Amino acid sequence: MDNYSLTNLRELEAEAIHIIREVAAEFENPVMLYSIGKDSSVMVRLAEKAFYPGKVPFPLMHIDSKWKFQEMIDFRDSYAKEKGWDLIVHYNKEGFESGVGPFTHGSKVHTDIMKTQALLAGLNKYKFDAAFGGARRDEEKSRAKERIFSFRDKFHQWDPKNQRPELWNIYNSRVQKGESIRVFPISNWTELDIWQYIRLENIPIVPLYYAKERPVVEMDGTLVMVDDERMPKELRDKAEMRMVRFRTLGCYPLTGAIESEADTIEKIVEEMMTVTVSERTTRVIDFDQEASMEQKKREGYF
Amino acid sequence: MTTKKLNIQEFLDQDQKKDLLRLLTAGSVDDGKSTLIGRLMADSKMLYEDQLEALHRDSKRIGHAGEEIDYALLLDGLKAEREQGITIDVAYRYFSTAKRKFIIADTPGHEQYTRNMITGGSTANLAIILIDARYGVITQTKRHTYLANLLGIKHVVVAINKMDLADYKQERFEEIKADYKAFVTQLDIPDVNFIPLSALKGDNVVDKGENMDWYHGPCLLEFLENVHVSSDRNFDDLRFPVQYVLRPDIKFRGFSTSVASGIIKKGDEVMVLPSMKKSKVEKIVTYEGELDYAFPPQSVTVTLEDEIDISRGDMLVHPDNLPRVERQFEAMLVWMDETDMNLSTQFYIKHANNNTKARIDEIKYKVDVNTLEKSNIEKFKLNEIGRVVITTTKPLYFDPYKKNHQTGSFILIDPVTHNTVAVGMIIDKLGSSSLPSRITDVDKAKIALGEALIKPEEYVQKYNQKGETIWITGLHGSGKNELAFSLEKKLFDNGATVVLIDGSSVRSGLSRELDFSPADRAENLRRVAHICKMLNDQGIITIASYISRNESLRDQVAEIIGKDRFHLFYMDADLDYCKNNKPELYKLVEEGKTTGLPGADLEYEAPTNAKLVFKPEQNEENLDAILDYLAMNKVFPNH
Repeated sequence: MDNYSLTNLRELEAEAIHIIREVAAEFENPVMLYSIGKDSSVMVRLAEKAFYPGKVPFPLMHIDSKWKFQEMIDFRDSYAKEKGWDLIVHYNKEGFESGVGPFTHGSKVHTDIMKTQALLAGLNKYKFDAAFGGARRDEEKSRAKERIFSFRDKFHQWDPKNQRPELWNIYNSRVQKGESIRVFPISNWTELDIWQYIRLENIPIVPLYYAKERPVVEMDGTLVMVDDERMPKELRDKAEMRMVRFRTLGCYPLTGAIESEADTIEKIVEEMMTVTVSERTTRVIDFDQEASMEQKKREGYF
Repeated sequence: MTTKKLNIQEFLDQDQKKDLLRLLTAGSVDDGKSTLIGRLMADSKMLYEDQLEALHRDSKRIGHAGEEIDYALLLDGLKAEREQGITIDVAYRYFSTAKRKFIIADTPGHEQYTRNMITGGSTANLAIILIDARYGVITQTKRHTYLANLLGIKHVVVAINKMDLADYKQERFEEIKADYKAFVTQLDIPDVNFIPLSALKGDNVVDKGENMDWYHGPCLLEFLENVHVSSDRNFDDLRFPVQYVLRPDIKFRGFSTSVASGIIKKGDEVMVLPSMKKSKVEKIVTYEGELDYAFPPQSVTVTLEDEIDISRGDMLVHPDNLPRVERQFEAMLVWMDETDMNLSTQFYIKHANNNTKARIDEIKYKVDVNTLEKSNIEKFKLNEIGRVVITTTKPLYFDPYKKNHQTGSFILIDPVTHNTVAVGMIIDKLGSSSLPSRITDVDKAKIALGEALIKPEEYVQKYNQKGETIWITGLHGSGKNELAFSLEKKLFDNGATVVLIDGSSVRSGLSRELDFSPADRAENLRRVAHICKMLNDQGIITIASYISRNESLRDQVAEIIGKDRFHLFYMDADLDYCKNNKPELYKLVEEGKTTGLPGADLEYEAPTNAKLVFKPEQNEENLDAILDYLAMNKVFPNH
């Protein structure tokens, strides 16, 4: 190898920075959706790099379903404060006040109202014309064929049959008023790339990713952590302490834990490489309905 | 393949250093493409995991290379997609070995999916062309190879699959190889490799297998892991197309982009396009710290020593190595939209972080992707590929695609639907000097004409003349201007109402932003022709003397003014006379200080249809000849 070659990670990094700058240059009002998860953490670091020594020229927005793990919220608030981010936290006020939640309404209704609807309302409220998301193509079938600049109509819908051709690194940013683009700068990263990058760059992540003794209840084959008293008492009573961690983070009743001893990044990677289940299988929502993610994406969820 | 056992720390440290290979596969369901990719991904994963000692404690392997499992099932097969009516598109798949990470752009192979293959292949370093050993080189093989060539993919692996169904015979392999070689010589792919394999049985995919002892080359994965692609990038010609201007505070002014090609070094003298101003690279800034140099595709920010006005779309280059800076070029275009091309559309063009507008002047030909034959067409339809001439509103800074993918590629966006309707690759060809210019626009001429209250006959009555144009063509220095001025005076004295459209007045006012490139010369003529037309419409005689160097341009001028009121005269002076008469410009061309002067370094096409031909020495006779001509044609006087 000569001096002029990049490693896989540095090439992916350069690609992502190019994408992030392109959005900042071509859109009037972009936003970065911040989910607090590990992919988001990587994406935010890439944005910081893109505009260094300046500040990231757009806000971050967290769509709070009000059912996130408390540790996620704590992490979000302290990290945002430390970094001085312009962070918007948006939630569905009506949904929250009328008590929508996964235990009472089921995952489908909860996700629709507290996540998808909340996201759409948040995007509309601030009139964002581009929104970054941390989705990766290796996560799930419908994402494998989605563009990096993914066009959304004025209802934020994705039409998989009518995607714009996307060639080289030339991205089409043209939208009419009300339409928008979802942008996925880490499309080409795999789960291993993410972990490697977090390790290489020392990026802080929510401690829930690391194995620890936590109180969990088994629900329909999924290990759900008791995070607050909104979990029905009869379930809470069945809780037992187990050594678990989370491969992915979302609403606590909808995110299954896995039994694990992996309490360092190295151990996580080792575990990951020897376990063949793909990471989203621990998310309950993907199993709700046939071709679930594609359907949700069409409706405007990422 | 050696499998060294590593602990997790060592494994990650080593893994972090691997590089990335992007590859394209195209094929139909029957080619065994899914089986091949499935096996490549599944078997390489096992190998990869074997690198980790840990796996051996808990090895739950399902199957092994050589056993027959349906690898195609591992993929979200195209067949399934088609049955379910899900979009057939480009699917990106990822796998890794200890040496490399691979991104596969997996695209369907039929002709109706040409645009998908083009999309998937645009970033690929390498293409796998699948051939079924039973059928050999077929139409689809040629199409896929042509498209890979069009996209400038430098490495092709011809995977001759289903060797098990051809009894693993070497003769069959050699026969197909010879057929393919005969075909591929027409194209320009520097690195072509042939591997006989059976994706189903696993021969030569990840492991060698035992069925083809006669084959001594690498198996597919081994080849993919070792093929050298990092030198495929252009490290010679610095192109730094400014993507983003970074101004966090008044002290810092940085220019950010992903280096398109070449190396930018601290201290380098750079020139800014289009302003041509020069400065030096002060710093190359990144989050990790300053760099001494940066290379493609690194995304960096540079600061310059001098304060120069630079915006997005401008380009930093080395002053001794400039790209072409022009508004007109030829390109291979692929039409990507369901709606047919409309030649009168003014598209948005996006090229090297630059946005402007573009028009397709001419379609030179269409290429049949199956036979490579060329034919003439009026407009493009979905998936059609051909060669076009394009003019943009602003100059672009480009290189031929073959030399530089980053500055040689562009997309066209429809102004109404905002779809990416076409993509193009700029061709290495003569400057815009020899390109035809389309300066007429039939469509716009139809736009609602105002209704004049004065009839054309009334002008003729009043001025005793017909509002027509006297157009004098000839070389620079031929004496055509002198004739034009004398003619104006004579006609004026005789009572005609006449306007001379003087070249230098037009150049210093109306056309002051234009230079002397052929495209700009054509634009200048277009403007002059429209002034003539307007004045003629009002009954006024116009005199225009312009080089107007070829038949095509003069015809277009005539078309704008109206053929029946366009009178072409030719000042036929030989080149020596012209050089003697007005030596300055000719000298500059000889010294290489300027280019694009017709008669000197650019061809001048003498007219064959001029109404009168003059010699410069005979000014008086020439004037009389014109006056006679005008009287005979009742231009002036009318009666």
